[in-house]
Amino acid sequence: MKFQPVIGLEVHVQLLTNTKIFCGCSTKFGASPNSQTCPVCLGLPGALPVLNRKVVEFAIRAGLATNCTIAEKSVFARKNYFYPDLPKGYQISQYELPICTAGHLDIEGEWGTKRIGITRIHMEEDAGKLVHGDVPGLGSGSGVDLNRACTPLLEVVSEPDLRSADEAVAYLRKLHQIVVYLGICDGNMEEGSFRCDANVSVMPVGSTTFGTRAEIKNVNSFRFVKQAIEYEIERQIDLIEEGGKVVQETRLFDPNSGMTRSMRGKEEAHDYRYFPDPDLVPLVISPDWVEEVELSLPELPDLKRKRYQEELELPAYDAEVLTASRELAEYFEACLALYPQAKPLANWVMGEVTRGLNDSGLAITACPVTPQRLAELLKLIDAGTISGKIAKTVFDEMWQTGQEPAKIVADKGLVQVSDTGEIERIIDEVMAANQGQVEEFRGGKEKVFGFFVGQVMRASKGKANPALVNELLLKKLKG
Amino acid sequence: MELYELTIHELHEKLKKREVSSVEATRAFLDRIESVDPRVNAFITVTADEALKAAEEADRRIAAGETTILTGIPVALKDIFLTQGVRTTCASRILDTFIPPYDATSWVKLKERGAVLVGKLNQDEFAMGSSCESSAFGPTRNPWNLECIPGGSSGGSAAAIAAREATATLGTDTGGSIRQPASHCGCVGLKPTYGRVSRYGVIAYASSLDQVGPMTRDVADCAIMLGAVAGYDPLDSTSIDRPVPDYTASLGPEVTGLKIGLPKEYFIAGLDPDVKKTLDAAIDTYKRLGAEFVEISLPHTDYAVATYYLIATAEASSNLARYDGVRFGHRAKEAAGLIDMFARSRAEGFGAEVKRRIMLGTYALSSGYYDAYYLKAQRVRTLIMHDFLQAFATVDVILTPVAPTPAFRIGEKVNDPLQMYLSDIFTIPVNLAGTCGISVPAGMSGDGLPIGLQLVGRPFGEEAILRAAYAFEQATEWHKQKAQL
Repeated sequence: MKFQPVIGLEVHVQLLTNTKIFCGCSTKFGASPNSQTCPVCLGLPGALPVLNRKVVEFAIRAGLATNCTIAEKSVFARKNYFYPDLPKGYQISQYELPICTAGHLDIEGEWGTKRIGITRIHMEEDAGKLVHGDVPGLGSGSGVDLNRACTPLLEVVSEPDLRSADEAVAYLRKLHQIVVYLGICDGNMEEGSFRCDANVSVMPVGSTTFGTRAEIKNVNSFRFVKQAIEYEIERQIDLIEEGGKVVQETRLFDPNSGMTRSMRGKEEAHDYRYFPDPDLVPLVISPDWVEEVELSLPELPDLKRKRYQEELELPAYDAEVLTASRELAEYFEACLALYPQAKPLANWVMGEVTRGLNDSGLAITACPVTPQRLAELLKLIDAGTISGKIAKTVFDEMWQTGQEPAKIVADKGLVQVSDTGEIERIIDEVMAANQGQVEEFRGGKEKVFGFFVGQVMRASKGKANPALVNELLLKKLKG
Repeated sequence: MELYELTIHELHEKLKKREVSSVEATRAFLDRIESVDPRVNAFITVTADEALKAAEEADRRIAAGETTILTGIPVALKDIFLTQGVRTTCASRILDTFIPPYDATSWVKLKERGAVLVGKLNQDEFAMGSSCESSAFGPTRNPWNLECIPGGSSGGSAAAIAAREATATLGTDTGGSIRQPASHCGCVGLKPTYGRVSRYGVIAYASSLDQVGPMTRDVADCAIMLGAVAGYDPLDSTSIDRPVPDYTASLGPEVTGLKIGLPKEYFIAGLDPDVKKTLDAAIDTYKRLGAEFVEISLPHTDYAVATYYLIATAEASSNLARYDGVRFGHRAKEAAGLIDMFARSRAEGFGAEVKRRIMLGTYALSSGYYDAYYLKAQRVRTLIMHDFLQAFATVDVILTPVAPTPAFRIGEKVNDPLQMYLSDIFTIPVNLAGTCGISVPAGMSGDGLPIGLQLVGRPFGEEAILRAAYAFEQATEWHKQKAQL
């Protein structure tokens, strides 16, 4: 029997607000334990939550960017369970009335373009963190750090529309790209700013009834998502083929073994006893606010990519690479404003700039060659002042010193030689020194032409205008 | 006259004229507490040193001419209000060593006006009870008869007024916890409209019902205290941004033309004869003063107690989850692992009534029961709210009993929770409707126990009930009666 996997993803997106969702404490990562806390996020008796308006704005952004309906009225609810990192004994989340519903994302791949439904997006607070082992001030044991408690999260829940691990990864990448583009999440998966749980089931091909699903937790990279889902699909198929039954359970992915293992079964599943949080009034969002947020949205990657292909006439590959991150696209567009020739510019950004960043480990926002300087450099090539080859040398120098390209060219005497007299003189010298090869060329061995070009360029220290060299050399060799 | 016999407005006059100092007044109250509280047990914590320091500061302010109506006035707070640096227990063993790092907003407001805190008052544990018997610190006794309960849950706040241990106190009212003890102890107690006073820093019992309010010797003091604590608080999303009227200015003896509603569902056969007699006399008084009476109906009254015990316990089961022994409060010493630590800490820390309500509420919210219990209760709550709004289309205030009987004897109902719950039958609907109500002294039982009457107002109609209560008070002598200790 052939099986069809069915996958739905729940993604937690940590929002880039300066302060927490229900209090004024900082959300900065890495501070000393419990230094960013107050009565509210410590869950002290008598403390009450007050909603951070920025979180709502970010949720609206996410909703609009994923084609959701923004609810005019949404309600915060308490999710009740006991755990030491949950100071109130409940998490404030949204349940029956979330802020965003009924959206979708389109994913592209070998399957063509496929629309993946987004059931809902809701706002919630994060829990704290347990620290085990050597706890500062406690010696060995376990400690609770509540710096992260009350940090704002969005939970984005997809429909079970994904049919393979690759589709799941494509969806996840797309969502990741969007939230980073929107500026609402730093996208850092290692620090947990973007994390994912996967609901996986399998059913016989042709069936319309989904199989029993397992929820896989703790998959914190694109690679692990693929690994975890593929492992889980295989595990479930093997189980069924051996006559077993998939049970509804929560499983934990172990990145070391690449396997999932049971964490808790259905019987041990929590009854979270959700109910509307009486400390927070229902959230009412005016259509005006939604419109205001909509107007402030940046151009999203899909549209940008389309525009690069259609208006800038860039190849699909270039458009894809240049729009991969908002920062790279912004860099490209800043250059383009000064040097409006998209294709040569794209080559430079995807070539030298990207290589430089990779080698130095810098982010595009910290690129030492500013759009201004890069545009100047390309203009020097077009003006014939330097050759494309010399330009790469100049680029390296700019990377190191941040100097203007024209100054580097002048200081280092890199101006291209386009004086025909000068070039002819060099050609004559080279030909005189290589009589044998001249004879060979004239005898019909045209391959040696390349040798002469190389010699002439070397003799000119690379500064000779290559087009002129070709033209003059050919004339002279043919005698 | 002893200084502890004075009301806020009386003591304020003397302080302003420099006839007495706040330190003298504070000492008088501290001495009074020392002499009577061993019998009454209204206080869990007495803050003598801090009080005298605050009184000295108040005297400096008075000398400098920076006097508010509350400067130098000795007050006390139910132990549900967080007081920075002063132990706050909520009358529970689970918090018996809890020293809060911050102040409740309502206490901040009193402190800013120069009030002097003499101590923290006894109550039912986590405000769950109608008799003050569920306190982990022993029951408070009714100053009018030490064998009787003072009412609850703000029993200490009421008893402290009756025993003259503080000029004024703050209580909280979730289902009658200010008005019922005020009635039983012969003082004035007002539950404001939900959202009128900030709940920030008040330990939550049932968040959608809890409301802070004053307990005082007379109506004028009640208006002063309400004016001080009312108002929007950015730290409480459920507080309402609405101007605070000058409640004192609204007081006057005139009630001519006032339309008072008498809900037929509240004047049922079987009402205690002393309570009935008191209400009848009060109605006569109002008639004499020129008020008009209209019979009204609040048809969903019968469902109020059941509705309350679903909503309040559901919210409580969640509100009390934070007492888990992890970061503050009692932690069990011997525990085998995490779950056992949670279970033992809570088993040891909470009393029987609190456990009962946590279990009821947990059940009401459980998957499969939520719709039948919690959700249905919310629907009935809306109907009850509607009952009141409809009634207020024709009347200005509603007059009812506060409690079905005068104060009962200590121990009489502890083993019969249902009977205990029914003692809040006339006060609970006001909380469910989210509106305001006041209890004023209106009579005395044959056994010499005070009996109050309740005036219920429109949402944010505190001025109307204060005015009606003040007119009644001016026409009667009940508020001048004194418990003999």
